[in-house]
Amino acid sequence: MDLVAIWSGLIGLAIILYVVLDGFGLGIGLLFRSTRNEEERDTMMESIAPVWDANQTWLVFGGGGVFVAFPMIYGVVFSALYIPLLTIVFGLIFRGVAFEFRAHAARKDPWNKAFFLGSLVAVIAQGLTLGGVLSGTKVVENRFAGGPFDWLNPFSVTLALALIAGYILLGSAYLIIKTTETVQEWAYARAHRAAWIVLAFQILVTIWTPFHYPSALSNWFSPPRIYFIWIFPLIGLFAFYELIISLKKRREFLPFIFSVVFFFAGYLGLIASIYPYVVPPSITFQQAAAQQETLSFTLWGVIIVLPLVLGYTVYSYMVFRGKVGTEHYY
Amino acid sequence: MDVLLLSRIQFAVTTMFHILFPVLTIGLAFYLAVVEFLWLVTKQEIYYRMYRFWVKIFAINFGVGVVSGVVLEFEFGTNFANFSQAVSNVFSPFLAFEILTAFFLEAGFLGLMLFGWERVHRSIHFLATCLVSLGAIISAFWILAANSWMQTPAGYKLVDGKFMVTDFSAAIFSPSLFARMSHMTMASFETSALVVAGISAYYLLKGSHPAFFRRSLGIALVMAALFVPLQVYLGDVSGRQVFHHQPTKLAALEAHWETNTTGGAPFAVIAFPDMETEKNLFAIDVPNGLSLLVTHSFRGKVLGLKEFPKKDRPDVPVLFWSFRLMVAIGFIFFFVMIWAAVLWWRGRLYESRLFLNTLWIVHPLGFLATEFGWITNEVGRQPWLVYNLMRTSEGVSPIPTGNVIWSLSLFLIIFAVIGASYFYYVLKTLRMGPDLSSPIPPIQRAAGMQPLKAK
Repeated sequence: MDLVAIWSGLIGLAIILYVVLDGFGLGIGLLFRSTRNEEERDTMMESIAPVWDANQTWLVFGGGGVFVAFPMIYGVVFSALYIPLLTIVFGLIFRGVAFEFRAHAARKDPWNKAFFLGSLVAVIAQGLTLGGVLSGTKVVENRFAGGPFDWLNPFSVTLALALIAGYILLGSAYLIIKTTETVQEWAYARAHRAAWIVLAFQILVTIWTPFHYPSALSNWFSPPRIYFIWIFPLIGLFAFYELIISLKKRREFLPFIFSVVFFFAGYLGLIASIYPYVVPPSITFQQAAAQQETLSFTLWGVIIVLPLVLGYTVYSYMVFRGKVGTEHYY
Repeated sequence: MDVLLLSRIQFAVTTMFHILFPVLTIGLAFYLAVVEFLWLVTKQEIYYRMYRFWVKIFAINFGVGVVSGVVLEFEFGTNFANFSQAVSNVFSPFLAFEILTAFFLEAGFLGLMLFGWERVHRSIHFLATCLVSLGAIISAFWILAANSWMQTPAGYKLVDGKFMVTDFSAAIFSPSLFARMSHMTMASFETSALVVAGISAYYLLKGSHPAFFRRSLGIALVMAALFVPLQVYLGDVSGRQVFHHQPTKLAALEAHWETNTTGGAPFAVIAFPDMETEKNLFAIDVPNGLSLLVTHSFRGKVLGLKEFPKKDRPDVPVLFWSFRLMVAIGFIFFFVMIWAAVLWWRGRLYESRLFLNTLWIVHPLGFLATEFGWITNEVGRQPWLVYNLMRTSEGVSPIPTGNVIWSLSLFLIIFAVIGASYFYYVLKTLRMGPDLSSPIPPIQRAAGMQPLKAK
C-alpha cells in the first residue's frame, strides 16, 4: 500500500475521532443553556471535564497530519480559510478556559456564557471550514490566490447549521449515558428533536449537492460510484430508525452509537459524492504529498505511538465510566 | 503595516503569551511529582495537602497553556504558509511528534491527575503525575528541536527552494538543540521553584499555615539551589553555542561592531548601540571580557557586526538589552540562593523577614527572564526564518492585510480577558489557602475499574 493512501486514511481517522469525541463535548457546550439549574450544569461539565482536552487534541493531530503528509494543502487551505480556522481557535479558547475558571468562580454566569458561546462559535466555524474546503480553493503556482471570504456561501452556512444539530445530537446522546433523572430526561427529549433536525438537514444537503456540484449527479449514476454510493443513505436511514426506537425505549448506550453512525453516513455520503473535489480541484493527493522519507519516518512514529495513545485513552474512559454526580471533582 | 510585519507581531504576541504557561507547567509538574513521591514514601499527610494545594494552581495554568498553544499550531499555516510549504518535509514531523508523544500524553493523564483520586490506586495516580510531567518535557523537546533547526539547520538539502530531508537524526539533534533544551528546561524548573518559594514566603510573612508553607518553601529552595547555579553554567553553554553557530547574532547581542585584531574583545556591561553609525554611543566596557566569555581566552577572536552585510543583521539595541536583562535576573537569583545557603547554614532560613520579603519580590522574575531569553533567541534569528537560508519576508502567507488586523486585534482583546481572569482566579485560590481538613481518599483497587456506585 502506498504511503499517501495510508496518510489519507490516518488524517481521515483523526477527523472522525475528533468529530465524534469533541463533537459530544461541543454538543454539551451547545446544550449548556438548556437548563438554568447550576447543579445540572455542574453535572454536564463534569461529564466531560476529564476527557475534553484529549478529545480536542485529535483536531490538532488532524491538522498536524495534513502538515506532514500534504504540506501544499496545509499551506493553501490554511491561508484560504484563515478566518474560519482562527475563529475555531478563538471559540476553543473560551470553551477550554471555562472548565477551570467556572469551577473557581463565585459568579458562574460569565463562564457559562463563555462555555456556550465558545462552543457555538467553534462549531459554526468548523461547519464553515468544512464548507470552505468542499467549495474548492483558487490556487496559482501552488499558492493560495483567492480572496478572504471565498469560503462563505449558502452551502457552507447550511453545513454549519447542520453541524450544530449534529453535535447537539451527539452531546445529548452522551449525556444520556453519563447522567440520571432530570438531566437524562431532557437529554432524551433534546436527542429526539435533534435527530429529526439532522435528518432534515441530511435530506436538504443531499438534494442540494447536485446543484452546488454539477458533477455529483453524474457521480451518483455512473460506475464505479453507482455500485456503492446508495449505501450511505440506506445506512443513514437505518441508523435514524434505530436511534428513534432506542430513544423511545429509553436505552442508554444505543442512542449514542446510532447517533454516530447516522451522523457519519451523511458526511461520508457527501464526501463520496464530490470526491476528489476536496481541496484544490486541480491538484491530486499524490501531487500535494510530502517527500517519501518524511511520510515513512513520521508513519513509523505513528505506528509505534498511536496504539499507546488509543490504549490510554480507552483506559481513561474506563476509569471515568459510569454516571457523574456522585462525587465532586473540584 | 503589511502582512509580514503584522504576522510577525501576531506570532510574537501569541508565543509570548503562551510561553508563560508552559514554563510553570513544566516546573510545577515536576514539583508535584516530587511532592507526591514524598507522600507515598513517607506517608506524611502534609505532602498530600501540599499536592492538593499546588495542583489547583497547576490546573488553572495548564488550561490556559493548552488553549493558547493550539493557536501556534494553526499559525504556521495561516500566517506563514510559504514557510510551511518550503520546510514541511523537515519541520512538520517535529510538530506531529509533539502532538503524538506529548499533547496526548499530557491530556490523557491530566484527567486522572485532577479527577482520579477517588477512582485509581495511589501508585497509578503518581504514575499519572509523572507522565504529565514527562509529557510537558517531551513537548518542550520537540518544539525546541523545531526552533533549533530553524536556528542551526542540519540534515537537509535545498531543491528548488524546498527543503528536502537527508538525515532526520541530524535535523532533530541539530547543533543548538542541547544548549537550547537544557537552558529552557532549567528556566522552567527555576522559575517554578521560585514561584512556589515566593508564594510560600508570602504566607510565612503573614504567619498563616507556617508548617505547611515551611515545607513547601524548603522543597522549592532545595530545587532552586540546584537549578539556579546550573542555569548560570547552561547560559554560558548557550552563549558559546551562539558564538560558534550564529556569529552575527552573538555580535549583535553583545553590540560588538569591530572584530578584535590586536587584543581581546571587550564586554560591554552597558551600551547604547546605534545601528546607523555602527558603533556604541556610550559604553562601559570590561577589557577582554567578551573574548574571555565566549572563547575562554583573553585574546580570542570574536567577529564584529561590520563583518556582515547590513541587511543580514538583527536589531542590535533590542538584543543587547533583552540579553542583559535576562542575564541580570539569572544573577539576582544566584545571589538570592547564596543568601539562602548562608541563612540555612545559620539555621535562620524561615525567620529572616528580609529574606522572605526578597523572595516574595523576586519570585515572578523568572517569567520575565524567560521572555527576555526568547526575545534574544528569536529577534537574534532575524532577518532569517531558517538561519542564513530563508528570509522571514519569504515565508509569509499570501493573505490580505485585513485578515491579520482582524485576528491580531481579537488576540489582544482575548488575551487581556483571559490573562486578567487567570490572575484573578489564581489569586483567589491562593487567598483561600490550603485545605487541611477534607478526608484523604481511601486507597482504591489498583486498576481502578470498579464503577462508582459499587464502592
